[in-house]
Amino acid sequence: MTARGVFAIDAAGLHYRELNRRVREAVAAGRKDVLLTGVNGQYYIGDGIRAEVNITVEGVPGNDLGAFMDGPTIVVRSNAQDNVGNTMNRGKIVVHGRAGDVLGYGMRGGKLFVKGDVGYRVGIHMKGYRDQVPVLVVGGKAGDFFGEYMAGGVLVLLGLGPDDGRPPVGDYLGTGMHGGVMYIRGSVDPTVFGKEVGVVEITPADSQFLHECVREFCAEFSIDPGEVLTREFIKIVPVSLRPYGNLYAY
Amino acid sequence: MQSSRLWTDSFIDFLVDRDQERCIQCQVCVNQCPYGANIYRAAADIVDSRHENCTGCRRCEAMCPTDCITVRRYPGQFREHGNWTERQVKNLYKQARTGGVLLSSTGAEVDLPIYFDRIVLDACQVTNPPIDPLREPMELRTYIGRKPSSISLSREDGALKLATQIAPQLTCEVPVLFSAMSYGAVNYNFCESLARAAAATGTYWNTGEGGLHRKLYPWQKHTIVQVASGRFGVNKEYLDAAQAIEIKIGQGAKPGIGGHLPGEKVNEDVSETRMIPVGTDALSPAPHHDIYSIEDLRQLIFALKEATDYTKPVFVKIAAVHNSAAIASGITRAGADAIVLDGFRGGSGATPTMIRDNVGVPIELALASVDDLLRAQGIRNEVSLIAGGGIRNSADAVKAIALGADAVYIGTAAKIAVGCTVCQRCYTGKCPWGITTNDPCLSKRLSIEIGTEQLANLVEAWAHEIKEMMGLMGINAIESLRGNRERLRGVGLTDRELNILGIKHAGE
Repeated sequence: MTARGVFAIDAAGLHYRELNRRVREAVAAGRKDVLLTGVNGQYYIGDGIRAEVNITVEGVPGNDLGAFMDGPTIVVRSNAQDNVGNTMNRGKIVVHGRAGDVLGYGMRGGKLFVKGDVGYRVGIHMKGYRDQVPVLVVGGKAGDFFGEYMAGGVLVLLGLGPDDGRPPVGDYLGTGMHGGVMYIRGSVDPTVFGKEVGVVEITPADSQFLHECVREFCAEFSIDPGEVLTREFIKIVPVSLRPYGNLYAY
Repeated sequence: MQSSRLWTDSFIDFLVDRDQERCIQCQVCVNQCPYGANIYRAAADIVDSRHENCTGCRRCEAMCPTDCITVRRYPGQFREHGNWTERQVKNLYKQARTGGVLLSSTGAEVDLPIYFDRIVLDACQVTNPPIDPLREPMELRTYIGRKPSSISLSREDGALKLATQIAPQLTCEVPVLFSAMSYGAVNYNFCESLARAAAATGTYWNTGEGGLHRKLYPWQKHTIVQVASGRFGVNKEYLDAAQAIEIKIGQGAKPGIGGHLPGEKVNEDVSETRMIPVGTDALSPAPHHDIYSIEDLRQLIFALKEATDYTKPVFVKIAAVHNSAAIASGITRAGADAIVLDGFRGGSGATPTMIRDNVGVPIELALASVDDLLRAQGIRNEVSLIAGGGIRNSADAVKAIALGADAVYIGTAAKIAVGCTVCQRCYTGKCPWGITTNDPCLSKRLSIEIGTEQLANLVEAWAHEIKEMMGLMGINAIESLRGNRERLRGVGLTDRELNILGIKHAGE
């Protein structure tokens, strides 16, 4: 334990099962700030935790960070791996580096901010329900199948970073999407679109949401939001809530 | 694309025969038929039939107060042809008309051998005594979960204590569980009937992938929850409520394809339980997009174990397919506590007909090969095996257990217990018996009290019969029946079939 009420756990050499047991124990004891140092690929950090707690991760956490999570705020000071925010219900995850594939799978609420690039299949089957609107913001670029099967929530892609000639997003964008909304900063080659999505005009309400969202994102990473907001966004929505409604012979 | 009425529509399936002399024009049949097969002609003051709308469910027949209705097969016939049967011909007409994928409900109905019917049980005569289950204790209790390879004991104050930590187990008083049927595909009354009956008989019901309705939490001690690719209704509370968590990879009725609850069925209550907006399609993609390998599966298994602090078993459900045995070995090594193997005849609320009738492996063969491989690899104890897919009666259950299952799952049998007549139109959402419908008027037809009693009766009747069959084999604990294929014999099966089933031919 250090001053300021931060409960530190040295994760070096710990198996994930032991590390997460200690995290759960600290949360159960009412700790509000938990610092994990020396993290090196341990899976499932924050998995299934239902509490208001800040967890700071130093080092690279393993897969399924924040899976089934309901409330905590996790800040990762470096890169993260795959499956971050899997079926997450509430809370916030902030990744200061890059993150891997399948982020926010089936995510139903909370926020997931990644400063850098992300891999494939990000935001798959995100869903929204009543006041639960998950928001996933990617600062860098994204791979193929961005927002596949998306059923709700908001995906924002900023495409920041050096101009390396790569497009901001890969192929099959929004394939099977039937709910929710995506905003992508700058332009997107229309050939990457899945056949279930289309581009619609940005409304004043969209602009207001984007301003607030980008400001919150930029504040986490000390980026100038003014610069990010100088470029236009495009808005992508599903063309049908029932993409497969006419498939069957009744 | 739909055309107006075509002459091919004239070749109908059923006749709603009405004895007009007995009919009192009460119109019960008109109100009872959700498909419009009975109509009232006010001008003539007669009740008439619209035969073309009849699905053969027999609801009107059951409800008619004067017994004036008989639902019969339409007598008009096509000229017989071994290849171009009436079913094939009518399917083609339907597709030519609609351009759509043919849909079916319930399990496969093709003419492939039902191996359970070609297997007979042994009985004790003279040299080994049978047991009378009415007078002697019989043990049906089954623990589903990972068993240790060895145990160690310690002595505390002179008493022996188990020192080995045993993995979490599901305690079933009867080795028959209700299989996954999601709220949305089936209605609330059926779900609560299953939950109550499971609690009454010491077994379990399974939510399927439709979430757990708020009002069903009181039966959580008898609830298995499912986590499928759509993650509907999955949150921490849901996982915590369960006694076991089942990861659904596949389903016997439709191996390799996903689920699709049409938007029409997603009403306010279904929306709340699945945690998706009203009226949207609930799409469960065919693959879990985070699972491409046994290692990925392991990741989800342990994500669920971590989320629930290793307090409950995690099952993995797969459809029986050609390489089930190797997959089952992988699932075991991935850390699952139980494998659910759903056979070729497994049921479904809505499945493309071609897939239902052409994909998968009969449960008897798959079960035997999975059990064989797990035994050969010395890992059978590490996992329980639950077999499902067309289990029709207690003898099927006994044979499945003797072929290697720890327990069986029943779905269609449970629906039939509450009055389903297997009309196979669950996908329309208009079930006349109030089972696979969310229409509030139709749903009321299924009484929770009566449904509970019928389901509990079914489980109890099977429990008695299973004990009888064990008794006649001289077995007094279900554990001694498990994988005991010596007590089975095949009749009329080829050497290869016998070899796969691991049983001898009758007479040997």
